[in-house]
Amino acid sequence: MNNSPYLRQATSVQSVMLRVLFALLPGIAAYVWFFGAAIVLQIVLASLTALAAEALVLHLRGKPLAIFLTDGSALVTAWLIALSFPPLAPWWLVVLATMIAIIVAKHLYGGLGQNPFNPAMVAFALMIVAYPQFMSRWPGTDAIDFATQWQIIFGLHANQALDALTMATPLDALRTALHSTNATTVTVASALAHNPAIGLMAGRGWEWIAAGHLIGGLWLVQQRIITWHLPTAFLATLFLLAGLASTINPSEFAGPLFHLFGGGAMLAAFFIVTDPVSAATTPYGKLIFAAGVALLTWIIRSFGAYPDGIAFAVLLMNIAVPLIDMATQPRVFGHKKNGSNHHG
Amino acid sequence: MQLFDFNGGVTPEYHKEASTQSPIAVSPAPSRNGLKNFLVIPLHQSIGGTPRPLVSAGDRVLKGQRIGAADGDMSSAVHASTSGQVVAVEMRRMPHPSGLSALCVVIEADGRDEWIARQPFDYHQHTAAETRDYLRDAGVVGLGGAVFPTHLKISPGKGGKLDTLIINGAECEPFITCDDLLMRERAEAIIQGVVILRDLLAAGRALIGIEDNKPQALAAMTAAVQAGGHQDMAVVAVPTRYPAGGAKQLIRVLTGIEVPHGKRSTDYGVQCFNVGTAYAIHEAINLGQPLISRIVTVAGNVAAPRNYAALIGTPLHTLLANSQPLPDTDRLIMGGPMMGITLPGDEVPVVKATNCILVGSPRLFPPPPPEMPCIRCGECAKACPADLQPFELYWFSRAKIFGKAQEYHLFDCIECGCCAYVCPSHIPLVDYYRFAKSEIWANESEKAAADQAREQYEFRQLREAREAQEKAARLAARTAAGRAAATNALAMAPVTAPAATSAAASAVTSAATPVTEPAQTPSPQAALIAAALERARAQQVQPANTTNLTPEQQAEIAAIEARRAQIRTQAHPHLPPDD
Repeated sequence: MNNSPYLRQATSVQSVMLRVLFALLPGIAAYVWFFGAAIVLQIVLASLTALAAEALVLHLRGKPLAIFLTDGSALVTAWLIALSFPPLAPWWLVVLATMIAIIVAKHLYGGLGQNPFNPAMVAFALMIVAYPQFMSRWPGTDAIDFATQWQIIFGLHANQALDALTMATPLDALRTALHSTNATTVTVASALAHNPAIGLMAGRGWEWIAAGHLIGGLWLVQQRIITWHLPTAFLATLFLLAGLASTINPSEFAGPLFHLFGGGAMLAAFFIVTDPVSAATTPYGKLIFAAGVALLTWIIRSFGAYPDGIAFAVLLMNIAVPLIDMATQPRVFGHKKNGSNHHG
Repeated sequence: MQLFDFNGGVTPEYHKEASTQSPIAVSPAPSRNGLKNFLVIPLHQSIGGTPRPLVSAGDRVLKGQRIGAADGDMSSAVHASTSGQVVAVEMRRMPHPSGLSALCVVIEADGRDEWIARQPFDYHQHTAAETRDYLRDAGVVGLGGAVFPTHLKISPGKGGKLDTLIINGAECEPFITCDDLLMRERAEAIIQGVVILRDLLAAGRALIGIEDNKPQALAAMTAAVQAGGHQDMAVVAVPTRYPAGGAKQLIRVLTGIEVPHGKRSTDYGVQCFNVGTAYAIHEAINLGQPLISRIVTVAGNVAAPRNYAALIGTPLHTLLANSQPLPDTDRLIMGGPMMGITLPGDEVPVVKATNCILVGSPRLFPPPPPEMPCIRCGECAKACPADLQPFELYWFSRAKIFGKAQEYHLFDCIECGCCAYVCPSHIPLVDYYRFAKSEIWANESEKAAADQAREQYEFRQLREAREAQEKAARLAARTAAGRAAATNALAMAPVTAPAATSAAASAVTSAATPVTEPAQTPSPQAALIAAALERARAQQVQPANTTNLTPEQQAEIAAIEARRAQIRTQAHPHLPPDD
């Protein structure tokens, strides 16, 4: 016997997670179109690893396997890892990263719903610190055939030839140019002008992947899986910061469109800062959290040692979530002040 | 008219069509076909004290005769719903999930349905207090489901008048249509009740809020207002969204006023009554008929869903017989699918709170899927009409961090069920809140009991100490007096008796003084108090006598707890939406 309410909306964690996966498809399609099928291979590797690691830990924890393996949450983590890692990274890098995400970042903290940090971002941050050399294996747009990509991922390709096949991301290209020895003469404009990786707004190909994530993300908003607060605050803050800085000093700072479409900003805006478990939950809290991630991202991109700072920015803001949530409790019906115990 | 909005809410399927196809039927016809009909009328049917029985087995009662007298002002009378003979005044199972019993008057109907002498009550000729007493003795309580005694709500707020009287015809819960049918068929009588309420409360205007999925009720009520020529009344269609019929939500929608938890709405210039209550007031005042029947929707897993005018005390199997529950019926719910309670059986009676008997089946209400962990998606917060953060309350309740739960306004939760309805993890959120609330109440009453026990203990310690001192003083005085008398007798033998007496008296005074003196100086007595406090404190931290119990004792305690919880639910109404 159960108590009221006896009616329940037809919804489930699984349906939420599956719709998130579905929303990633436009971005993945653009990825394959511009950079070949390597990303699909990485997604498959990450997914299999995630399910295996999840099953192992669930077994060790004595949890029911069927319910939790099919909830889709491990697959979302796996896909986000694959999509934020360089597609030509060696197979074991993604496998290791996924294992860390599922076993350490998710289950050691208590499993689904309990992790204070975004598991995919924990994996990314650890790998870029531990294996920076493999974390730069981004493919060029001169389509490499899948056989070659396969050989690179599984280490069957001669390493010296790799440099010819991989290419810096737009963010990385800009950073390298601006921070090179003769950086005094290099401006953002000159760095981007003669770069084959640069397309209409940002990176060639990358901007279309970003557009794909934007479309998928808007669909998630329409499906009420995510609210507008997090992506809007993230993108608006990044846009404003980059716009302001590039207006003041256009030779040193890249413009807003470059920031929004050049790296993982769109993926982060709709799929990473929106992770409900590790993000702030109140309406104002969401705005603060996402704006904080954008601020830290822009700072790390502009002044830091890493080309894209989203992972570190997300993790730093994850730490602040309990405080943000506590400080931004919404006004309760009939009460005057936020968080006040006094009626009236 | 400008309408306001409340946050949250849900729009489940309403399932209201099936039970609105036929007019209200009468159930049951007393003593049909020579069969004996019994009515089981619980004495305790409203918030407040349990009425004391006025009849005993063997008495003949008339329809409308008072059989239970209100226990103080915070109570409401009960009446015989038909004429017949009282066969027992005994404990019977209540329409409550606990299945616990309460005192009921069991009446065997004689089939004559013979009324008492009915006298209309001219409230213009009586004081407000007299009118309130009349309504209390007529057993009129809120029929939206909360059964709060109506007479306690009929007093204007500050300044002796009310801005807005709100009549709740929203009826937002799925399946329930008793108010809808009442408005369609008896709109004029309802409006007459509204007139009485308006007069008693000195209300500036009356707004009748009805969800816009009831066009026929809206039309009937509008016509009745127009026919009566009431310029100060308006029938307002409010958007259909559960729980628009919650008193606080409806007040917000119609006036923009938010009445905080724990505050009287009259302090904000509004008061809200259900349409069924207005109808009952009309019957009591204008017709002299106490509250002995109500409209009950029978819906769900039945062949013929319908509304019945059912006598209070009608056993559910009698009520349900006409609608024919289907074979796969697995439960009876009193109320709707969002806030209703599961009943222990079909022999429990219709009570004043019974707005709907929802017949359930596994097909209609499938068992909930397995509970998953909360993923903090915030769907519950979006759905919460009280603007709470239900997932935080869930977390604190689950972890038994009750202080935090209260800090996050647990008691503002109206248990409407919206959060659990939308939860993708299928967490029975409301159960967690009910648990936390009952734990907090239990802790508070335990603390109150402990405080009282400590005070009693300290008082006894002080009294015993004082008595001991007085006894010692008397003893010392007697001894001293005796000794003095003896000395006097030896020294001055010829002295007369009165002198000896006065000497003894002075000896008493001098002997008593050193003993009584310390009682006025603080030190020894303060030490005693300190010792008593210390003992009380020590007693407080000692393990309770609830460890190492036998199963029998545990079962007994569980029963007591359940009973206490029941009393508590009645004493602390979480006003259901249809009030």
